[in-house]
Amino acid sequence: MSLVAAELERQGVATVAIQLLREVAERVRPPRALYVPFPHGYPMGLPGDVDTQRHVAATALRLLESPSLVPPLLVDFQAEG
Amino acid sequence: MATLDSLRLTDRIFVRTYPWRRIDPVPWTPLAKPLSASRLALVSSAGLVLPGQEPFDARVRGGDFSFREIPTDADVRAFIDSHRSDAFDHAGMASDPNVAFPLDRARELAASGFVGSLNRRHLSFMGSITAPGRLVLDTAPRAARLLVEDGVDVALLVPV
Repeated sequence: MSLVAAELERQGVATVAIQLLREVAERVRPPRALYVPFPHGYPMGLPGDVDTQRHVAATALRLLESPSLVPPLLVDFQAEG
Repeated sequence: MATLDSLRLTDRIFVRTYPWRRIDPVPWTPLAKPLSASRLALVSSAGLVLPGQEPFDARVRGGDFSFREIPTDADVRAFIDSHRSDAFDHAGMASDPNVAFPLDRARELAASGFVGSLNRRHLSFMGSITAPGRLVLDTAPRAARLLVEDGVDVALLVPV
């Protein structure tokens, strides 16, 4: 996914990638990434947990609007509540 | 939480020893307009296909580097899991494909105005590509061109 993200950025599409393994994100360096504390197979959260899934998506997308960020950007997801 | 310790020994050794391709320099496209005016596309590597689409091919050496186009009006419940990896639990996305291809969540974010619109298509890859040369040289540039032609501003990438 990170390699696809990099190509999208090269062609002018801003990207943010969900990341499940911090070690891999730190080595590969996708342009913008949200590290989520979920198991493999569950990048957006649990099945049917609409609120968390939407919160993950919105949090990831909001990274795109932060003006003062420098690539590569790796941010930890904070669950609500 | 997905940590190296949560993986099987063979997968843990793989993650630690695999020569991950470092992105350098890191390309960077700033957001050109507010999210509320931006067009969003999803890109997932969960190996999901729709009925009638060719499943990903587990026999391709180095990993199947192809991708499928997913129309934005697709029913996520119709997704078929063709991911070859047994290194992750497939039960979550079998129960609710939004876990790995959050198309319903993207629709909600567009309906609420959080993002301006959804693109007419999204992209599905299969991860576990251990030899990414053809992905880097061929399919990733082609996939990116499709989204550029569509006028996509932002992409959310979801590995599994």
